[in-house]
Amino acid sequence: MVKRLNFMGVIARVFMWSFLLGLAVIVLYPLLWMALNGFKTNAELFGNPFALPVDWSFENYQKAWNRGVSDYLTTSVLVTVTSTIATVFISAWAAYGLTRVEIPFGKTVTALILGGLMLTPTVALVPLVKMFQAMGLYNTFWALLILYTAFRVPFTTFLIRAYMVDLPHEVDEAAKMDGASRWTTFWRIILPMCKPIITSTVMLQILFAWNEYLFAMVFTSGSGVQTLPVGLTSLMSKHGTDYPVVFAGMVIAAIPVVLLFIFGQRYIVKGLADGVGK
Amino acid sequence: MRAVFQRALGLAWVIPALALVGVFVYLPLVQNFGFSALEWDIYSGEQEFVGLKNYTKLLDDPIFWTSFGNNLLYAVISIVFQVFGALLLAALIESISSDRWRRNLRAIYFLPSAISLTVAGLLFYFIYEPNLGPLNHALKAVGLGEFTQAWLGQESTAMSAIIAMSQWQGFGYSTLLFAVAIQRIPSEIYGAAALDGTGPIRRFFHVTLPLVREMTGLMMMVTISGAFQVFNEVMVMTSGGPNNSTQVLGTWLYRSGFVRNNFGYAAAIATVLFVITLGIALAQMWVTRRRRVEW
Repeated sequence: MVKRLNFMGVIARVFMWSFLLGLAVIVLYPLLWMALNGFKTNAELFGNPFALPVDWSFENYQKAWNRGVSDYLTTSVLVTVTSTIATVFISAWAAYGLTRVEIPFGKTVTALILGGLMLTPTVALVPLVKMFQAMGLYNTFWALLILYTAFRVPFTTFLIRAYMVDLPHEVDEAAKMDGASRWTTFWRIILPMCKPIITSTVMLQILFAWNEYLFAMVFTSGSGVQTLPVGLTSLMSKHGTDYPVVFAGMVIAAIPVVLLFIFGQRYIVKGLADGVGK
Repeated sequence: MRAVFQRALGLAWVIPALALVGVFVYLPLVQNFGFSALEWDIYSGEQEFVGLKNYTKLLDDPIFWTSFGNNLLYAVISIVFQVFGALLLAALIESISSDRWRRNLRAIYFLPSAISLTVAGLLFYFIYEPNLGPLNHALKAVGLGEFTQAWLGQESTAMSAIIAMSQWQGFGYSTLLFAVAIQRIPSEIYGAAALDGTGPIRRFFHVTLPLVREMTGLMMMVTISGAFQVFNEVMVMTSGGPNNSTQVLGTWLYRSGFVRNNFGYAAAIATVLFVITLGIALAQMWVTRRRRVEW
């Protein structure tokens, strides 16, 4: 009896590991294939898709870089950095007000800010285009900065607020006794205490802004203001016959976020778990 | 008087957030209702009030119904893979005793979710490509040559191909969240189950499943809501083609407004999307509130 159980146990374990590792291959192989194709020539790409590149040259990367990827990358970095700073700062600011300052209509204000979580960008698309055209911001860097900030403030405030609620109020009182202003308390005491959640929200905002496509596609058209996700599709349509160059561009777009995830995994998981699980 | 002033000063903390959300999220939402009652040519600037005409047109539009059906299909398949599949997978991963392997597997599965849907969409565009794509090559290599086809190029397979890519991209995300939820279950509960001699399958159904029920409910809402907002992958891989077979509400809205120059009609589609996603969000709040009462 005991022996048979062991045998079944071994079978189950073998089955489980083959499944888990098989799934890992299904996940990793397309990514590996993408990375390898950036080093191939067009002829190699059409020959045998499973073959390794013959000579590993960075020529495709250079071509992709010169055909606009450097511009898209600059815009992406700029939009990502500025929208992350703006979103996290405005959200932390609001979260402080909502949790530690007595404000009129506090409950309504909280509901209004967090309620933005429920609304999806697609729904507001048509009026937003009209609004940005009227403001003269259509097809500018500002359109993306404003939209990436406005649509992410509810989510980010939600996360930071949940964290701030749990910080003891004695901290504020002690600071007040010492004669610290609200601003000093926020900047010097509360914000440093929120470092873990701030790190999480920074990472999540970077992932969002770097990968966003709908707004970037609708609100920009010139190459000077296009971000990488949109730039890649135009690289595809302009140089669609030179596939390895497109692959090189895709790899350039993927590498920063993959590295961010590998090194910041702990914080990204924390942010995601708090956002969905709280 | 001073106290009132002091309290009002508190508003300074929330005004930046309120202003941004008010002007760029709520205001366009309200405007959208107005826009949906107009027939509107953006180039000539002509506007005409047509009442509910855009909505009745919507009901008679076969492509609207195709889109709606595609969103529904998306939701159903995503629930199977990204909620129940991911939950099973997370339970399986968390049962591994090696800490390092648990961490590595979770990270590997999540990796596609870190890259943008644009990159993932382009990647699978090439994988499905009939001539250079590895999918057809692999089918030939294992003797299933008769199944090779232009996966994204024909109406019968295009939508399934896009949804399949989307599962590849998204299942690691929900697996990670379920793994976190399972980790929060106190280990004593599993210890007690092990003492009772409960096998892994009974343990899953009698311990894990009930204790992550709230997470499962939330993930279902998030997944359904996400399925109705699909845009990127369809736009990148097929733009809604061939012959509108892969159109979803998001892409049909975009096409109606920005390609076919009918903003009023696009706004009407947006209203439908709003009603659906708001309904799901309210259900989600209800699920969360019920949980709060239980604890």
